[in-house]
Amino acid sequence: MKVIIVGGGKTLYFLCRNFAAKGYEVTVVNRNKDECIQLARQLSAMVVHGDGSDADILKEAGAMGADAVLAITPNDQDNLVICQLASIQFGVPRAVALANDPDNAEVFDKLGVTAFSTTHIVGSLIEQRASLEQITNLLPVGEGRVNVTEIVLDADSPVSGKRLKDISLPENALVAVIIRDNQPIVPRGYNELLAGDRLVLMTLPENHGPALKVFTGERK
Amino acid sequence: MKNSLYIVIIGCGRLGSHLANQLSRIGHSVVVIELDEESFNHLSADFSGFRITGDATQTAMLKEAKLNKTDVLFATTHDDNINLMVAQVAQKIFKVPQVLARVYDPRREEVFNQLGIETICPTSVAAEMFLLAVASGRAGGKDAKS
Repeated sequence: MKVIIVGGGKTLYFLCRNFAAKGYEVTVVNRNKDECIQLARQLSAMVVHGDGSDADILKEAGAMGADAVLAITPNDQDNLVICQLASIQFGVPRAVALANDPDNAEVFDKLGVTAFSTTHIVGSLIEQRASLEQITNLLPVGEGRVNVTEIVLDADSPVSGKRLKDISLPENALVAVIIRDNQPIVPRGYNELLAGDRLVLMTLPENHGPALKVFTGERK
Repeated sequence: MKNSLYIVIIGCGRLGSHLANQLSRIGHSVVVIELDEESFNHLSADFSGFRITGDATQTAMLKEAKLNKTDVLFATTHDDNINLMVAQVAQKIFKVPQVLARVYDPRREEVFNQLGIETICPTSVAAEMFLLAVASGRAGGKDAKS
């Protein structure tokens, strides 16, 4: 997979390192010459110095054959234009923009550009963690229309010791995986839930709260 | 068309302020959005419109300027990408009937015309006029040669 990332800072650095470790071919575009030199030293990625919203620079970065363009600059207007250029002019199949202003996530979607807002993601994560200690992980997928949640069952859980088929779950909720002693199990109705199990739940946002309550009970 | 239009101008530089002064003078309601408060000094003393200090790439700002009731929007900041973004948001989300963006880079202009955004490129306009002057023989001075 060939990925072009436009932006800078620590997010870009760690993202590149992560992608490179997965074997992706990464190209970085950054406007700041000193940062480019730093990045070229630290990363095993090609670094292009210039304005990512300039078609010539995108071309130099190899936009023509890229599988994805990720625009994570601190300026929403640049991220939008970068993604639009990438998809219109170069036919890049996946262009994703960071919306620094969370309102712009929706705006970009309406303008046909896939967007994400770190404020939204981090915000919902913190909210969920603050409300329920047992939740160890929450991941919105499908533009936030589906939640994947990891929870830990403790001894007080109303469902520990019960078989999955005896638990009444609200609609649109599913126990996808049980992790017990580091062994993942894709459960059937006859599987029993035990205290200490880690469950991976799939829920739709409207049923997220009620579904969680089934596993954690009412708590304050 | 209404006699008095509700016009929003993004950017209060030389072009933005010039447009704002002229349009306000002939009786239109004008709102200027500009990030740098000092730039409002470009507006003439008789400018009777509104000034909003803020970043036009934040949708909240555009709501404050009542874009849903706007007849015409001009995006005239010095940043092509801001102009292109605000123009798209105005046209596609707030359904402003007439939207124009200034874009310096002619290559960027083409892409956004494809997206249905009307742009004015000072570079192309000036180049065209220079070329026209050459073609009509004005550049060298016709009399000097004949």
